[in-house]
Amino acid sequence: MNRINYLFNTKKERVLSIYFTAGFPKLEDTLPVMEAIQAGGADIIEIGVPYSDPIADGPTIQDSNLIALENGMSLKKLFEQLVGFRAKIHLPVVLMGYLNPIMQYGMEAFCKKCKEVGIDGLILPDLPMQQYLDEFKELFEEYGLFNIFLISPQTSEKRIREIDQNSNGFIYMVSSHSITGAKTGITEEQIAYFERVEAMNLKNPRLIGFGISDAETFTTASQYSNGAIIGSAFIKKIKDSQNLSQDIQDYLKGVKA
Amino acid sequence: MIRVDEKGFYGKFGGAYIPEMLHPNIEELRENWESIVASPEFQNEFQLLLRDFVGRPTPLYFASRLSEKHGAKIYLKREDLCHTGAHKVNNTVGQIILAKKLGKKRIIAETGAGQHGVATATVCALMGMDCTVYMGELDIQRQRPNVERMKILGAKVVPATSGSKTLKDATNEAMRAWINDPVGTHYIIGSVVGPHPYPEMVARFQSVISEEIKWQMMEKEGRENPDLVIACVGGGSNAAGAFYHFYNTPEVRLVAAEAGGLGVNSGKSAATTALGTPGILHGSKTILMQTEDGQVVEPHSISAGLDYPGIGPVHAHLFDIGRAEFVAVEDEDAMKAGIELSRLEGIIPAIETAHAIHALNMIEYSKNDVIVINLSGRGDKDLDTYIKWGGY
Ligand SMILES: Cc1ncc(COP(=O)(O)O)c(C=O)c1O
Repeated sequence: MNRINYLFNTKKERVLSIYFTAGFPKLEDTLPVMEAIQAGGADIIEIGVPYSDPIADGPTIQDSNLIALENGMSLKKLFEQLVGFRAKIHLPVVLMGYLNPIMQYGMEAFCKKCKEVGIDGLILPDLPMQQYLDEFKELFEEYGLFNIFLISPQTSEKRIREIDQNSNGFIYMVSSHSITGAKTGITEEQIAYFERVEAMNLKNPRLIGFGISDAETFTTASQYSNGAIIGSAFIKKIKDSQNLSQDIQDYLKGVKA
Repeated sequence: MIRVDEKGFYGKFGGAYIPEMLHPNIEELRENWESIVASPEFQNEFQLLLRDFVGRPTPLYFASRLSEKHGAKIYLKREDLCHTGAHKVNNTVGQIILAKKLGKKRIIAETGAGQHGVATATVCALMGMDCTVYMGELDIQRQRPNVERMKILGAKVVPATSGSKTLKDATNEAMRAWINDPVGTHYIIGSVVGPHPYPEMVARFQSVISEEIKWQMMEKEGRENPDLVIACVGGGSNAAGAFYHFYNTPEVRLVAAEAGGLGVNSGKSAATTALGTPGILHGSKTILMQTEDGQVVEPHSISAGLDYPGIGPVHAHLFDIGRAEFVAVEDEDAMKAGIELSRLEGIIPAIETAHAIHALNMIEYSKNDVIVINLSGRGDKDLDTYIKWGGY
């Protein structure tokens, strides 16, 4: 069974997913960061594949992408780092990245590598549902990769249903009209949207991301979904860390408190 | 047949690779733009504004001294005489009427040379709409007069400080701004780039250029089709407009002048078809300059309007099937061509446009050929660059 399904079969509440950028803050930090996320008690690891032009990301993640690229990170390098990671990491691991670097690597070669190293799912923000169905669905399925779709407050009910039909693993609920890291806190308007989607009784679990940063926002988001995703806030925490493992575990303890 | 298909593709290129957050906006456009543009109300308003506000039709001017120098019959399609000084306004007039019909209140845009920003700020002033223009920090420095023009017109100019701080980054910022504020906002893209339906929509608004060329050719030469049409290509909107009604007329040669920068192999170039490979940029599959790992390469051109690592998907297709000839014109040659046109015809062209003039030296043609060069814009905005270059 895909590790993502296994997770949601056994845990339905306060699922915590952590995003970080591969090769950040230092090129060889990818695995140590993953280990610390696991040791800190998170449930899913999202590895960002850095890209020069991340149009859905705000300044914090743009900056981590740029630093990772300057460090020499690439898909090729990432797959080298990930060889054998399953000996240490049992959490579900999802790759998040823009299409272009993956296209250049080769879609099929990419899927094959993902399966080989032990990746469970993909979040490709610039791959819309129709393009996924037309071009990639078969391939992803062949290699056992879950494709995780985003929905936003503007997504119509009809489309949310279609996305739910075509989703595997979980649905990524973008918490507001925003790019990553742009807004913090949770407003009443957002809660109305969370409630609206919750009342739809979707077949897939939902995680809320964008603007989640601490125990309070994590708890609020978890009240209306199966859990939440933290990205920019985590990147800020590790950017200048002198002791990655300790700082990550302390931070996650705080979020889960 | 060269035309866009149902899903927004020209051959292998095009499509709409956008984050879900933009889906409702893009879908709204895709579903409505053609019927709105075809409606009599739209057409009445559009045609009236093109005539009385933009100053169309623009002349097809026989450039006798340039013709003599190059040994062909050369006409200049005078888009430089459009209000605001370039072809860009054809598109912004179309899109602002469309935005109004869609009930939008707020406009955002990206700009490179500032011509599209000025053209957008202009139509926003005309329609009383709120306007924010994203512009690379480097471009803000090299196109100062246009920045001030936008401000005089009441627009807010926001610097894009990421990456190369030029057009690519301004486009990223505009897309992010749209994601952050999608409700009631229309994004006026300035070239035939971006997710479907933008490339076709912008090309349609610019196609008035080739529509006029056809009847003007008939008046002047007794035939609709020139032998060659030459245009510069940044994203490719003036070229798409000048080529549009000739796409499917193979006897008309189409020549696209890209920015060679300091030389195609210098590492400082924006010659997309010479250096690029297929990939995805700003929502469409096209040809773009990138590393082996799929990171977008930062381009270089002396002209801000051509300083872009991609081209519109229709041009990627024209290149792919060999329908258009692409040449890479270097900075220095473009500047000299700008001076040549100034001295021979009394027209100081935009530096973007000067690339199209120099293309005359890079292609074969015969003495009897009738050549139309799309004179996409005037050089007022580029005085600083001409002065700094100094070779006149
Ligand atoms: C005068 C002029 N020509 C050409 C261009 C390049 O744009 P496009 O390739 O879309 O025509 C610009 C862009 O700013 C411009 O100002």
